[in-house]
Amino acid sequence: MKILPYILELVQVLILLVGAPLFVGWIRRIKCWLQGRKSPSLFQPYFELLKLFSKDVYLAENASWIFRFTPYLVFGITLLIGAIVPILIIDLPFSTTADVIAIVGLFAIARFFTALAGMDVGTAFGGMGSSRTMMIASLAEPAMLITVFTVSLTSHSTSLSQIVQTLTNNGILATLRPSFVFSLWAFLMIAVAETGRVPVDNPDTHLELTMIHETMLLEYSGRHLALMEWASMMKLFLFISIGKAVFMPWGIAQSGQLLAIPLALFFLIIKFMVIGVILVGFETSLAKMRLFRTTEFLGAALLIATLGMLSYFILE
Amino acid sequence: MSETNKNIMTYYEVDVSQFSETAKLMKKMSASLTAQWAVEGKQFFEVYACYRTEEDFLIVKSLLPKDKPEFPSVSKIFLAASRFERQIYSFMGIKALGNSDLRPWIKFADWPADAWPLRKDFNSAQCLKRVKGEYAWIQAEGEGVNEIPVGPVHAGIIEPGHFRFQAVGETIINLEERLGYTHKGIEKRFESLGWLEGYKLAGRVSGDSTVAHSLTYCRALESMTDFTLPPRAAWLRAIFLERERIANHLGDIGAICSDAAFSIMLYQFMRLKEHFLRTNQTLFAHRFMMDCVVPGGVSVNISAEGAAQMTQELAALETEFERLVKIYDGNPSLEERVRDTGILSTKKALEIGVVGVVARASGLNLDSRSLYPFAPYDKLQVKVPLYTAGDVNSRVWVRIEEVRESMRLLRELLADLPDTTIKVPCPLPERNSTGFAVVEGWRGEVMYWLQATSAGTINRCMVRDPSAVNWLGLESAVIDNIVPDFPLCNKSFNASYAGHDL
Repeated sequence: MKILPYILELVQVLILLVGAPLFVGWIRRIKCWLQGRKSPSLFQPYFELLKLFSKDVYLAENASWIFRFTPYLVFGITLLIGAIVPILIIDLPFSTTADVIAIVGLFAIARFFTALAGMDVGTAFGGMGSSRTMMIASLAEPAMLITVFTVSLTSHSTSLSQIVQTLTNNGILATLRPSFVFSLWAFLMIAVAETGRVPVDNPDTHLELTMIHETMLLEYSGRHLALMEWASMMKLFLFISIGKAVFMPWGIAQSGQLLAIPLALFFLIIKFMVIGVILVGFETSLAKMRLFRTTEFLGAALLIATLGMLSYFILE
Repeated sequence: MSETNKNIMTYYEVDVSQFSETAKLMKKMSASLTAQWAVEGKQFFEVYACYRTEEDFLIVKSLLPKDKPEFPSVSKIFLAASRFERQIYSFMGIKALGNSDLRPWIKFADWPADAWPLRKDFNSAQCLKRVKGEYAWIQAEGEGVNEIPVGPVHAGIIEPGHFRFQAVGETIINLEERLGYTHKGIEKRFESLGWLEGYKLAGRVSGDSTVAHSLTYCRALESMTDFTLPPRAAWLRAIFLERERIANHLGDIGAICSDAAFSIMLYQFMRLKEHFLRTNQTLFAHRFMMDCVVPGGVSVNISAEGAAQMTQELAALETEFERLVKIYDGNPSLEERVRDTGILSTKKALEIGVVGVVARASGLNLDSRSLYPFAPYDKLQVKVPLYTAGDVNSRVWVRIEEVRESMRLLRELLADLPDTTIKVPCPLPERNSTGFAVVEGWRGEVMYWLQATSAGTINRCMVRDPSAVNWLGLESAVIDNIVPDFPLCNKSFNASYAGHDL
């Protein structure tokens, strides 16, 4: 058994662990600049995680094992997805264990347990958040699957590594096709909803009544909260990584090309910086939409994804 | 100058049996109830109801024997009376007969039920024995109804208050407020103060409207005697009042946008507000101009340079303000959130008797600066913005228009500032006299009613912050909205907890 791929796998997971808070710090910095404020340090999210880890856990009396188990499960699943998705390099040992459909399923497990934990303590807010999350998920998941299918039609595979491999083999213009444009569009909308960004959810709010994802975390404290927060930062990082791998795979390292890794890392950083700026641009210029507008928003995403699939058969 | 003040109200004394009949009559005359309060006199309890008619205020007074502290409720005629009557019962132990809801209001839940703090024999220095309080919440039943308790401690840096929602799915079918968490016994405290000290306490009823409250107190006090205010003092008071309005409206507009996750507006408006407050600090030695209005005039003067600095500041503010208004006006995603959210119809607004920004956004032309003007407002002709939709958007636009109007007023006031003294001694009121004043603060009309004892000291100081009626408006406006839209509705009302709880 070769040891190198496993080392690379480890490196990629480390990039996810370290990069996710840094990316959030970057987003906050750009946001501050756009709003005309001074920004805190890029490393502020690390300090926040550190603070949470050093605090005691304060558990509700009626919290069951689900409540205590969920942070570890969610964190673990997110790490597992991080080992599968090609962030830096394709054909890692874990990438064959699951395809995109399984990744969607893994995210669903994490969400399912988060929603259960939200309801576990029995506060009004937690249940509210769980119901809102499930409503959004039930609309986002079909759209996500259609997008995934459209993309895999080109490469005849649902494995992310395989998709990226095919695309890079076909040259830089491989992703410039109608079905991909539609899919990218749909994917962006789904990613915004899934990662709880404006205009679907507002990660920075303190208003309990308007929150979606955050309401389920209200009862968490200490290391539990740290894990949940870290996991949601990583989820954002992963969604962008998936989008990046499928729709702009340039620069990603092929298997066995050790020398390509520094270049891949360079591209990774540049891409994340640019995506951060675009994301913040949207978030600053949009207000959060009314809760029930998300159904129309995700309905549109489903429609666009379907159009992408149709366009593959008609135009390509 | 002071004579205009006296003309704005008339007293009527009726027998207690006629108390609710008078209310019916008032309703027919399309007057609205602005406040109800009670006083403990030597031989009698006195209950008062203050009505706003087209031209002035009518105060209806009834005497109640001490052994039978009851009066007929007017809550079936005027909605706002329900809370006033609960408050009267909680603090005075005077029962409104026919009001089915006399649960304690504002009074601490763990006080004995028969502790009536506003009665004269109540010793405010004592430590009361705490009892276990039980509050009978309004219940909603049926399939799919869930209850969401929020507060009293909230996540943001705001005051405490409890909201209980009954919702079906996300749709609010009922909201019940419970306030009183910031009750400090201010009305009782007034009774132990001297006439010339009271303005300080009034300035602390609600910190964000310190000018409006201390000004109303001073005007009520000055209305009790033959007092003529030096013109420069009147002008300066108006300048303070308009500066307070601009600063708070700036903060509010930003905060409303922020509740729709459009936070760039929050930071930009907060910046404008902060600059404005810092100018207050430089010119008047206090960011909120606390204690600047005193009985007999004002305590700080401004120099010619100070006036010039304010005029300059206005020019800079106007440019930036208009730029931000353009952003507000031009962003469809924001507009989608604020339009048709939290509608308070004109009919409902009239029924509840809301005041201030909220009333003007629901089509009620209510602004005491133009209805009951005192110097210098009688010369200025305040333009009152009027919107009829009654939604969050209208309440934002009323604020925008009012900032514009206040900037115009400030310019005019600064342009012809009279050159007189800023303070003259304020004579003390005579025994048994009463005083009344209404001032349009930034939230709405602030109302004070003062009464002297037979020894000439303060017997009663009734404080009515605009929030006392506007909180009821919020309860009504959120019905049929969805739960996540509540913060927007709430912020657009921005009622004061401290001013309400006293």
